[in-house]
Amino acid sequence: MGHPGKERRVTGTLLTIDGLTKAYPGVVANDTVSFEIKAGEVHALLGENGAGKSTLVKMIYGLVKPDSGTMLMNGEVFAPAEPRAARASGVAMVFQHFSLFDALDVAENIALGMENPPPMRDLAARIRTVSEEYGLPLDPFRTVGDLSAGERQRVEIIRCLLQDPKLLIMDEPTSVLTPQEVDILFETLRKLTAEGVAILYISHKLEEIRMLCDAATILRLGKNVGTCVPAETSARDMAELMVGTELQTPKSTGATLGDVVLDISGLSMPSPSAFGTALKNVHLRLRAGEVLGIGGVAGNGQDEMLLALSGEVRVDADAIKLKGAPVGKLAPNARRALGLLTAPEERLGHAAAPDMSLTENALLTGNVRKGLSQRGFLKWAKTQAFAEEIIEKFDVRTPGPDNAARSLSGGNLQKFVIGREVLQEPEVLVVNQPTWGVDASAAAAIRQAILDLAAGGTAVIVISQDLDELMEVADNFAALNEGRLTETRPTKGLTIDEIGLMMGGAHGMEVAHADA
Amino acid sequence: MLTLEKRPQPSKAFAYLTPIFAIVMTMIFGGLLFMALGKNPFEAIRTIFWDPLFGEFAFYYRPQLLVKGGPLILIAIGLSLGFKAGIWNIGAEGQYIIGAICGAGAGLAFYPMEAWFIFPIMVIAGALGGWAWAMIPALLKVKFQTNEILVSLMLVYVAEQLLASMSLGLLKNPDGHGFPGSRNLKDYPSAFNDEIITGTGMHWGVLAAFIAVIFAYVLLNRHMLGYSIRLTGEAPRAAKFSSVNPTRIILFCLGTSGALAGLAGMFEVAGPSGQISIDFNSGYGFTAIIVAFLGRLHPVGIFFAGLLMALTYIGGEMAQGNLGLPGAAIQLFQGMLLFFLLAVDLLTNYRIKLSRKEAV
Repeated sequence: MGHPGKERRVTGTLLTIDGLTKAYPGVVANDTVSFEIKAGEVHALLGENGAGKSTLVKMIYGLVKPDSGTMLMNGEVFAPAEPRAARASGVAMVFQHFSLFDALDVAENIALGMENPPPMRDLAARIRTVSEEYGLPLDPFRTVGDLSAGERQRVEIIRCLLQDPKLLIMDEPTSVLTPQEVDILFETLRKLTAEGVAILYISHKLEEIRMLCDAATILRLGKNVGTCVPAETSARDMAELMVGTELQTPKSTGATLGDVVLDISGLSMPSPSAFGTALKNVHLRLRAGEVLGIGGVAGNGQDEMLLALSGEVRVDADAIKLKGAPVGKLAPNARRALGLLTAPEERLGHAAAPDMSLTENALLTGNVRKGLSQRGFLKWAKTQAFAEEIIEKFDVRTPGPDNAARSLSGGNLQKFVIGREVLQEPEVLVVNQPTWGVDASAAAAIRQAILDLAAGGTAVIVISQDLDELMEVADNFAALNEGRLTETRPTKGLTIDEIGLMMGGAHGMEVAHADA
Repeated sequence: MLTLEKRPQPSKAFAYLTPIFAIVMTMIFGGLLFMALGKNPFEAIRTIFWDPLFGEFAFYYRPQLLVKGGPLILIAIGLSLGFKAGIWNIGAEGQYIIGAICGAGAGLAFYPMEAWFIFPIMVIAGALGGWAWAMIPALLKVKFQTNEILVSLMLVYVAEQLLASMSLGLLKNPDGHGFPGSRNLKDYPSAFNDEIITGTGMHWGVLAAFIAVIFAYVLLNRHMLGYSIRLTGEAPRAAKFSSVNPTRIILFCLGTSGALAGLAGMFEVAGPSGQISIDFNSGYGFTAIIVAFLGRLHPVGIFFAGLLMALTYIGGEMAQGNLGLPGAAIQLFQGMLLFFLLAVDLLTNYRIKLSRKEAV
């Protein structure tokens, strides 16, 4: 399926990409990719991690020079040598990871990205005009460090809009937004397309692509494997084009829930870093065999929640009870001994040491429960056997346990990190963003492992910003909003609107948001 | 255009090759330096690297290799533990001085009594002295998050003042006709750190260095504490996640490196040097930093690096005497070795690639 629409309306075509190829050592990131973006359309660029989406947009934005192939902008040769040249031709880009200075205010941040910034007062006025015109209210004099992720994204978008772009590239823009904020963003984007701006929209969230986009180009392993009209194609068909195989949907066996194993009451914790989030009076009860999904926009206390549960930050002894025993003051290993295991979001540097071997990384959390040392002396043979067991049972693709953690791809390392905890047979497992930046098949395997673990009677908390994932694996749902946790509600029957409200509605759109 | 590309895995081959590259480059550039000073570069290099081992007077210089290498290895082993954990004790020279003062002080307190237990007490006093001096930056770091690099370095200058005051005051030889400096411990058999086997240069401090090498090897490769130290250096957040207590690692690493530096000072003052004097310290504490890195922070590597550095000391002295090279040129030569080592070290994690110019 997916025949490229070859109707050439020269007037309507903004950017023609013809045979772009870019190779890096050992991998062809883009292999003769060709497609067209029309003026006034939202064009989706779909693909798994590593499919070559970023390389492609970097070439359009002048960050990377193609090995071969050409681009035409409005019929003229377009070969930007650097981002400045691309911006001069009307290309603007909102990156997935913001490049903002926390300590500066909005207007200062925007001025920093401009070639010839006008005087601050004029700039502030322009920011106000543009932000109101496009329905993105933003106070130019607020400090960026105090803004929510959604508001920070607005800063980036407005920075782009001030350049009057013809093509706006957006990389995974909704990963930091609540459903309500997504709606607002989509309104803005539709308004822009009505004015003739083309939008290249990178995402792997199929439902929103079906809602928003007029055309979609799908990349797999660097090749254009199809173009389709998203509204007329099912999400499943697009996913299978992306992955290239049929997807296994994880299945829950639906075990009955047991006794309460984890009881969190009145958990408060000051923010461990300057721009972190404090946890405020978190309550939560978790039963054996239950999967609790904790949603929320990034930066609302997810990382802090994991630190408090892993034991990296100590809290009141009674705030966290594991099977009735107070564990709030215990160190990570003491909690592991009791059966409370965790897997942090950041794989390299937090969950694993990048330059250490997989064997050494197996020891990182496995020492206590797997008995990998005796009177302090390490049993390397046993540790290596444990690493090999993880590699085998979780299908980690690596030449062997002697390889450094950083040599693994994101998906494989994540399988290793999750597998390391799962194979220690935890009573309670807490995972943060288990499938972030992981390809679809690895993500499915990880979700299945979580469900299997729960079926065996382990209580699992999945902290994630991917709502689809939470709906898929979680029995119950709660959301973190500014360090507070909402009531827990059964996932079944929750509407996307209700979830959005639990996540805090549209940040910054209310007159005041002291609610929660 | 040359570009650097990160290797997927640190190269094992380069980890072993870089010290050799660094030595070769130091010889080349050191030779150029000596040439600029108007000396024959080949003769200078031969005097530094060859003559002490195989020259006419090698019988005298070979034992010196152990005498000079022992303290360097002992200090560098301690430093390497901290460096592996990202804890930078730059003040080993100060801990070395305090260890020497405490060791010599403990011995001289018993003068002129002769007893078997005096030397062991001096050993303990030396280790404790160095340990206590290192505990100052350690506790300040743990309690007030001060920078251990600055504090430990500044304490070197405090220790030097203390050394001057000791050799002019409290420890001054009463029979010394007013000259600064303590009694010579070589004349006090119970306190003298004599050669274990005559004529080899092998004194108790060298033995201690050998033991430290083995101890560090076992600790780093076979023990949970060594693993925790390495993990702290590789990924501090992963270490916390793994239940490593950073405070304990800081106290252990600084404490151990201080104690070993103190021991080195004590063995030196009771043996080869013989007495506390204003300038008895010869910069071993600083040179040991080079030794630790030249040995790739690996115990066995440090053992060989210590001997190599001892060679440049001895050869340097010979070059000073025979060829009239200035002492500073020798220090520059040693500094060059560290400089090239750190530069070439990049190749362990990166490879150089020739590529066409590309807009970045």
